[in-house]
Amino acid sequence: MAAGRVVKGIRFQGLRDVGDPVELGAAYSDAGADELVFLDVKATLEERATLVELVSQIAERLAIPFTVGGGVRSARDGEELLAAGADKVAVNSAALERPELVTELASQLGSQAVVVAIDAERGRVRSRAGTTETGRAAVEWAREVEARGAGEILLTSIDADGTRAGYDLELTAAVSKAVDLPVIASGGAGNAQHVAAAFGVAQAALLASILHEDPDRLASLRDELRELGVPVR
Amino acid sequence: MRVAICEYGAGNVRSVEIAFRRLGAELTDRVEDADLAVLPGVGSARAALAGLVARGHDTALRRRFAAGRPILGICLGLQLALEETEEDGGVQGLGLLPGRSVRLREGRVPRMGWAEVDGRGTFYFAHSYAAETPCATAWSEGVVAEVRSGSFFGCQFHPEKSGELGARYLEEALSLSLA
Repeated sequence: MAAGRVVKGIRFQGLRDVGDPVELGAAYSDAGADELVFLDVKATLEERATLVELVSQIAERLAIPFTVGGGVRSARDGEELLAAGADKVAVNSAALERPELVTELASQLGSQAVVVAIDAERGRVRSRAGTTETGRAAVEWAREVEARGAGEILLTSIDADGTRAGYDLELTAAVSKAVDLPVIASGGAGNAQHVAAAFGVAQAALLASILHEDPDRLASLRDELRELGVPVR
Repeated sequence: MRVAICEYGAGNVRSVEIAFRRLGAELTDRVEDADLAVLPGVGSARAALAGLVARGHDTALRRRFAAGRPILGICLGLQLALEETEEDGGVQGLGLLPGRSVRLREGRVPRMGWAEVDGRGTFYFAHSYAAETPCATAWSEGVVAEVRSGSFFGCQFHPEKSGELGARYLEEALSLSLA
């Protein structure tokens, strides 16, 4: 998400407009998506809060869990998003700058509503939509946010993002092993085999590029996963 | 059909409202005499109970329960209806049904995601604590997923977030409260 539209790039670069967030969100919910993750990727860079009104419009159309992130800097920001209809709040850059934010969000909203999004390149965490090095190892940061009360980790491999060449299984396995929290693998999904492989090391897998291009792909993907022996609802 | 969703300053009240409005229910603030009262829940037990008490919902819910009027507790709402929870160093619940809520000891915690509820289908869960109670009526992966005691119905999963099947579950709660 950027400037009120759904966008997607490759390795966080070259964001392309792929649609209207309210319509796409409703289409995914109706098509049987298990969860919707909405990340306002420009919020931190543009030094503004997430688009609360847009979150509210999307929530109105969903019957599935809804995670919202981008520009969350305080427990108050988190509360506003939940009040607008989000079920979980994703935090990234602001937590890297001030890790206590994870603790504050967890105590205010409950751990189950706090997703820490980690963007990693070659195992190292980057912040501000991938533009800034942090010097932290993804595995260490995951352990720290777990200790601080995070409820889930959304782990995006910048190396794999948008490539459709498969998830970064090495990174995902390393983080998943380091924590007892559920880990959502993100970045690189190209086909059902990739998703099935991600389920081998993570508890959930996020899809973006291949669905934005063709939302109907979700239904066929579920069938293919079932054939591969992956339990889907 | 008038549904009162107990608001207590925490949690995903809006998601529950959206789900009931979609089913054609009329929302009301009158917890005590609505056709159905819903105690939703995410967040921490101590803050939630304090919020309930501050708004007088604890008294209204006890009166409803004593009068045999239906109450649906969702997730933390189910846990708050028990006698106590070990969350936040131990918190006394509303005591509408016997039992306590205890921290999950197996698997990854919080337990997040879709899981099979025996005999009911697949629903969405997001919790770190679960009920231990003689009033359990359904389980999911060994965890109490549903309870019933008198006019109190509780589900550990989130029907408001469980797609079409969840909507049907809420519809059933509405029809039971009409009966």
